[in-house]
This record gives sequence, structure tokens and C-alpha cells, in this order.
Amino acid sequence: MKIGVVTFPGSLDDRDAARAVRAAGADVVTLWHGDRDLHGVDAVVLPGGFSYGDYLRCGAIARFAPVMDVLVPAAQGGLPVLGICNGFQVLCESHLLPGALIRNDHRKFNCVDQVLRVENASTTWTSAYAAGQEITIPLKNGEGGFVADEATLDRLEGEGRVVVRYVGANPNGSHRKIAGITNDRGNVVGLMPHPEHAIEPGYGPSTDGLDFFASALASLEQVVSA
Amino acid sequence: MGSIVVDVMLKPEILDPQGQAVAGALPRLGIEGFTDVRQGKRFVLTVEGEVTDEHLAHARQAAETLLSNPVIEDVVAVHALDATAPTEGDA
Repeated sequence: MKIGVVTFPGSLDDRDAARAVRAAGADVVTLWHGDRDLHGVDAVVLPGGFSYGDYLRCGAIARFAPVMDVLVPAAQGGLPVLGICNGFQVLCESHLLPGALIRNDHRKFNCVDQVLRVENASTTWTSAYAAGQEITIPLKNGEGGFVADEATLDRLEGEGRVVVRYVGANPNGSHRKIAGITNDRGNVVGLMPHPEHAIEPGYGPSTDGLDFFASALASLEQVVSA
Repeated sequence: MGSIVVDVMLKPEILDPQGQAVAGALPRLGIEGFTDVRQGKRFVLTVEGEVTDEHLAHARQAAETLLSNPVIEDVVAVHALDATAPTEGDA
């Protein structure tokens, strides 16, 4: 199984994302923002960082990178895509996911080990978890406040599309303490916390993040064997 | 050369932490009486020659696709900047 990791100018966590993909047992294909094809990958990770310096709005310029011209229709067609932090912002700017991420309500950059509850364990990227399971992975951002209008929030809740939710105090002012969401097919997932930083004992607060990548691998293998 | 101004503001219902930080700093300078501050973005797009309707149409397209995110922001103005008129603040 080949999982692509996209590097934009200013991406920061692409190496860690690639490492997590390998740790889960998949092959990594490095994709460049200027690539106009996806090199036959079975899934894509959009990593964290500050693409294009976060100029204009986080993810706003990355959304129009050449690689996104091929990624957006592929994701709409069912290709599994995981957006982490800046990757989540890119997915919202691309309208692959609803809502937007704005500056933290307390105006400070936040870097903590964050407890999350997995609300939806049936997406391509969370099937290895149990619904209701609590996990602890790093959260680090300045603009992580998830916002959407009430109708969109109600729809996300009603359709079970809230994937992970913050446990305890709201770390950034996100509406309804939403940390991550999915599209209606469950193949596109975006979240602000960083599963790729919690995959190996001794590095990070836990190994709870590895199952995001293991979930995708299991889903892809299931498709092949079906 | 002509220029087109595009003004973008966060929607009224969206929290504006930057505006709040500015609002908090004003009283420390002794500037009182402002109950709220909202911070927006101004883009100035420059063209060769006079601003035409086509330029304005392209500016509106840019405003709605790249310069603003309709989920959180409103495009509040797209208009040609009159180069001969004094700019605001000029004596």
C-alpha cells in the first residue's frame, strides 16, 4: 500500500507523517506541491506546518497548489485523505470539509498533550479505534478554533461526522469542542491534533496516534481483498 | 495606473481575537470610548491604465475565490481607487 505525504513550502511535519505511515506498515510516496499527478498512491496525508507562511489565511494558498487540482477530485471520488493541523486547514479551504479554523480564542500558541474522545470509529482513518475511546496526542497551533454556522454544526453532529472531540477544557475555542471532522463518505478526515507525533514509545505522550495510519492501511487492504 | 480596492471583514458572528487585542490596548494609550474593534483586510490590486469593468469583474472573482473565505468572511467592498482624490487622512 502506498500512502502519499504532500510537502508544501512551509510544511513542517511531513517527515513525521511519513515516519508514521512507515510505522503502520505502508510505503511512503513523497508528493510535492507542484506535482500534477498523485503517482498512483492509495491514500494521501496533508501534514502540519505553515504552508506558504500561513499568509492570507491558513491553507488558503496551498488550496490552489497544482497537487490540489488532482487531489480534490480524487478525494471527492473516494480517495482516503487525512489532513493534520495545517492539512485540516487546507481541507476546509478546499471545501472538502465544512467550516473553517480561526485564531485561538485566547490568542496564544498552544502546545499540549491533549485528551480526545473518538466519536466516530467508522471512518477510513479511525476504524482501528473503539467509539468513545479516549486518546492522548499532541496539539500545537495558533489557529485551531473550529467554527461553522449552527446549521452546519447540527448537521455534523446529526450525521455522526464529528470524528474526535476535545476532552476537558476547550483548548482553543472550537465550536462544540470539535477537534476533527469527516466528509459524508468518511474517506476525508481533518483534525487539529497530531497523531503522527504519538506513534512510538518514548517519543510523545503515547502511541495512541498510530491507529489513524493503521486504520487507513486496514481499510485499503480490505478493499483489495474484497 | 489604476487600482482596485478589495475590503474583507470577518463575519460579525465570528470571533475576532486580533480585534479584541487591539481593543484591549487602546485604553492603555488613554484612548477611550470604543466599545469594540474589528480588524479586516484591504487588498489593493493595480492594473495597467484605467480601471475597466472587466478589471472590476476579475477583482470580484479574486475576492470571492482567494481573497476571502465565505465561511468566515464577507467581501464588504470592491471599488476602483480614485488616484486623483486625496486619500483619507490627507490634510
